[in-house]
Formats: sequence, structure tokens, C-alpha cells
Amino acid sequence: MPLSTQSQSESDEYILVASLDNARNLSNILKAISFKDHAIFNATQNGLKVTVEDSKCLQANAFIQADIFQEFTIRQDVIGFQVNLTVLLDCLTIFGGSTVPGVSTALRMCYIGYGYPLTLFLEEAGVVTVCKINTQEPEEPLDFDFCSTNVTNKVILQSDSLKEAFSELDMTSEVLQLTMSPSHPYFRLSTFGNSGNAHYDYPKDSDMMELFQCTKTQKNRYKMSLLKPSTKALGLSCKVSVRTDSRGFLSLQYLVRNDDGQICFVEYYCCPDEEVDEE
Amino acid sequence: MDCVSTGGNVKVLAKAIHSLSRIGEELYLEPMEDGLTLRAVNSSRSAFACFMLSPLFFQRYQAPPDQAFHCKMPIKSVQAVFRSLSSLERSVEKCRIQMNSEKSRLTITLHCKHGLLKTHNLSFQDCESLQAVFDKESRGNVLQAQPRLWVDTVLHFPPSLEEVCVSVSGERVWLKNHVEDDADPSRAMMTELCLSSEEFDHFAISSQNSITFCLKELRGLLTFAESSGLPVSMYFDDPGSPVVLSVSDSVLEANFVLATLSEDSHQHSHSNSKAERCKAQPPPDDFMSDDMDSYLIAMETSELAVPSYEPAPHPCSTNHRARLSSTRQEEEEEEEEELLDRPPSKKFCSLFFGSVLPASTQLTSQTTRSQEVLASDSEDEGEKE
Repeated sequence: MPLSTQSQSESDEYILVASLDNARNLSNILKAISFKDHAIFNATQNGLKVTVEDSKCLQANAFIQADIFQEFTIRQDVIGFQVNLTVLLDCLTIFGGSTVPGVSTALRMCYIGYGYPLTLFLEEAGVVTVCKINTQEPEEPLDFDFCSTNVTNKVILQSDSLKEAFSELDMTSEVLQLTMSPSHPYFRLSTFGNSGNAHYDYPKDSDMMELFQCTKTQKNRYKMSLLKPSTKALGLSCKVSVRTDSRGFLSLQYLVRNDDGQICFVEYYCCPDEEVDEE
Repeated sequence: MDCVSTGGNVKVLAKAIHSLSRIGEELYLEPMEDGLTLRAVNSSRSAFACFMLSPLFFQRYQAPPDQAFHCKMPIKSVQAVFRSLSSLERSVEKCRIQMNSEKSRLTITLHCKHGLLKTHNLSFQDCESLQAVFDKESRGNVLQAQPRLWVDTVLHFPPSLEEVCVSVSGERVWLKNHVEDDADPSRAMMTELCLSSEEFDHFAISSQNSITFCLKELRGLLTFAESSGLPVSMYFDDPGSPVVLSVSDSVLEANFVLATLSEDSHQHSHSNSKAERCKAQPPPDDFMSDDMDSYLIAMETSELAVPSYEPAPHPCSTNHRARLSSTRQEEEEEEEEELLDRPPSKKFCSLFFGSVLPASTQLTSQTTRSQEVLASDSEDEGEKE
């Protein structure tokens, strides 16, 4: 098969080779962060981290551990490049992204190095497509300096309970206000839209609440437009950890289980909106 | 007002809101001693719907001390609260509706599984009561059937179909799609079906009539009736006078009042007499003269909360005035056809109503004392949409 001989002969040149039996395991998780075109790829021995940012206020990271891939070979400590995520997703689903069991697209993703395109070999039912996506100079991702020691409040919820709330959120509201408190209302999502306001309260002893660690009452507002993309990640996930730090920065960590039952993580950081004035 | 409904009744409430949303853009809410009424009227005032939920419908019902309290709000915002019927059924255990007139706020609280509490504070506007004038009991013809029969019948008509024609004669009911007279005969499709009186739970015909009305609102009521499994009754009379569709059980009652198309012959006799009475009118348009459809529903202000009372003037007298309001745009010469003064391409839908409807803009109370406010659909729709 010409493909295999070609990849064999060139495999020495590649500084990064990652193979997947099912490209959906990658495309699904990338969809959860695809709200902007530019995605910064960062590969290490541990795996792949893909970062997308918006307005210097929002950052989303998808982590795909090395063991998710059937083959993950890296010849440098750190490899960084930037590609157009929309194009990459189009390529990954070039065979239509069928969800029929038993039909999957196999992927081999290769990168020669700085200045070279990212090469994708995609195969489904004996048909092979080779895609070359030009890479760009990687930008330095924002450092949100969100460290666990500064976390004031943290809850872990089953995603199902938040999915409903997020699907119903009043999108005419410019902000989503998050209240976390050791006392009532414990965990509250609020919107302030054209037709009035709405509050969603989760008691701390709810079955849906896996962990509740709130030390201080915090009420922060986040731009709805910034949080909207995170619903994609929420939809895929089974659990979500919501944390805020002393500055009011928000961290949303989603635990995503892929088709093969393996676990990946998607993380969103969001800056708070201006100071909250009491209603 | 403070009321609580539980279990399946929350879904009934949600369904009622959804079917009202098919009628109009605004929900008129009126908590009264004998129950909560939810009403809507369409922009051309040719369809009106009212749900009356008795205190027994609720687990707890407390009417406001101030009896004359009415308000309205965009129906979309209320619909958003009850958006997903499936999740409502799955997770909502209790729904509480509270009205705070000082803050002008309607608070709907949904108590869901796992302790999740959803609180919606909706703002509302004060308004006067909205009430259509109709008396279904006096209608000559009554058809009552299980919702399934109506649903199966309506299913045969294409979703794009706007009007349906119901004819009764002897022991049979015919339903057919209404074809515009100006429709291209080569492209028109007729669907007609016949139901025997045996299919109906109640079949009382005193005059062999044929009426034509909008299907959209009927569909709206049917979704409600189907989910609640309640029989649907249709009360009607002559063409031109409104048809009343009704669903009721011990704790709730829903009435949909829909204007019907006037029959040609009927029209002519009316219009001739009218034409004599007012010659000074601007020349009406005879465009499409053979298809005059005046949709009329009388609306009244019932500040006294009288459930239904006979309109003082017979619809016909006001009917004429309603038409006048729309004639000014018409520039055609012919005078003999008094009835045709409507915007050419669209049906002439109008009704007269009292000060009830703030949509008729800021009318001063003097002008609105009786049923003098007349609106034509052309103005109205423009305003609303």
C-alpha cells in the first residue's frame, strides 16, 4: 500500500506522529472548544493540549492524553504550532463524521516541524484522504494565573443538571451571574433579560451535587457571549467542576468520556464582567 | 395572587400557554375569585382564546384581594419558562405562580427533581380585561368529538393550509380546504372528507350551514385537547358569525372564538342595506368582489368581570364601521360593492373591541367607552409585527 510505504519512509522526518483508530475521539473534543478559528497546539510527552482564546477574556483548553492515541511519537520535548481549527475539523470529518457503529475514520496526524504543514492521513473503508493544513507561528496563550490555592469556591455537578439550565438560559441577558455561597442560595445561576430575570438554584445536598466546597459568598457576572461556547463542552461531558478564585475568575472543567470510554478534559477560563452592583 | 399546581397539572398549564402562543403575542392574565384566566387575541382580532382554570385545578389558589386586577405580558417570556414539555414532565414537581402588583412582577417558580429551583421573575403591564363577546350556548349547531377524531381529520390537510371549511347537512359533516376564489384553478388542490354523525359524541344540527375559519388556531387547541384527552366541542351558526371551539372538564375550560368567513349571499344582503345607509363613504374597492371575508369578533371591556354578556349593538352595525376604517387606502371607483373595502391581497380581518386592547394604542377613555374602536388588520399587523 503506497500510503504505508510513504509514511514509513518519511516517518523519521516527523517530529510528531499521532494515530487514532477513530478520528471522532479527536474531532468531538475539538468541537467542544471550536468558537474561534485559531487554535494553538502544544504537544508534549503527556499528550496534546489545544488552546482557543477569545477577546483576551476567555480561554478554552482541550487535553488529549498520549494514551488516547494508538500511537503517539514525539521527538522534541515541546512542539508548538497554530492551525485553523475550523479547517482541521472539516478535514477530520471529511468522510462525513458518520456515527454509525463500526464505521470510523482512522487518522494519522504528522508534523515535520516549524514551517511545515500539519499532514493528516484519513482512511475510511479503504479510501484514503491526505490533508495538509498550513501551520502558523504559535502565539503565546494567555496565562490566567488560576491556581488551586486561590480557589474560594468549588462545586462538582453532574452535567445533566446544568445542561438543562444552560439550554433554557435567557439569551437576551447580557450576563450570566454566578452566585456561590456556603449559605443560601448555595449555587445560583441568574440571568437578567428583556422579559425579566431568572434564577436557577441548586441546593448543596442535591443528588446532582457531587462536591460542594464554598468558603465565601461570591457573586460574579460573566458575559453570556463568552460562556455560550462552553455549552458545547457541557453537552459532551458527564461531570463539571465549577471553581472561582479570589479575583472572581471562573474555571469550568469538563470531564468528557469518548466513544471508547476513555476520559479527556476540557477546561474553560473566563474573566468576570465589571464589578457587581447590588440589585 | 398566589397559586400552586402540581404534577400533571403543570403540564396542562404549559400546554395551555403553548396553545395560546399560537393565537397572539401577548398573554392576558386575570386572577379572579373563581379561577385564573389566561387569554390571548391575535393581531387582526379574528381569533380569541381563553383558558379558565378553576381554583380546584390548583393545589392552592389565592386570588388577589383587588378583584379588578388584570395584566398582560409577552407570551414568549412565559413560554420560555415552560419551554421544554418533556423536561417539564420529567423533572418538574411543583409550579408556583405569584403575582406582586407593587413590583409589577409575576414570579413563576418551578420546583424540580434533585432540589433544583427555577425562579422566573417576569415583568408585566397593567391592562384592562380582555373578553370576547360570544355565547356558545345559543349556537344552533354543536359537534362534540374526542380529540383523536379531530386530530386525525385535521391531519389530512397540508400544514400550509390556512382555512378549512366545515359543512353540516343531515347526518354528515364535511371538511374541506378553503380555496381562494382567485387561486389558479389548475394548481389548486381540494381535500375533502366526510364524517358521519356516529363518529361524534354529540351531534346537534339545527341549520345546515357551512363555515370557513382558520385552521392554525384549531390546531393550537387540538394539541392542548389531545394531551389532556378532553373532547372538543364546536359551536357554530351562520357563516360570518364566530365559531366557538371548546374544551372543558371539571377544573378547566378553554374557549377559542374564531371568526368565520361570510358567505357571499349573506354578504350581499347585508351590504346592500348598508350601502344605502352610508352613501358618503369613500368609494370602496370591488377588487375580488366575490370573495368577501370579513372576520369579526366582538370584543368588550368587562371591567365588571361579567363572564359573557350580549353585545349591545349587533355585530352587523359595527361591522360596517370596521370596514370603513380600512377603506381609506382603497382608491378604486365602483360603488355598488360596499363590502369589498379591504386591502387587496390579504383577507379583511377586523373586529371591534373596547378599550380592552391596549394594542389599539393609547386611546383615551372617552373614545373607547363603547365599542367604537375599530381596527383593520392592515394597521394592526403593521403595528405588531
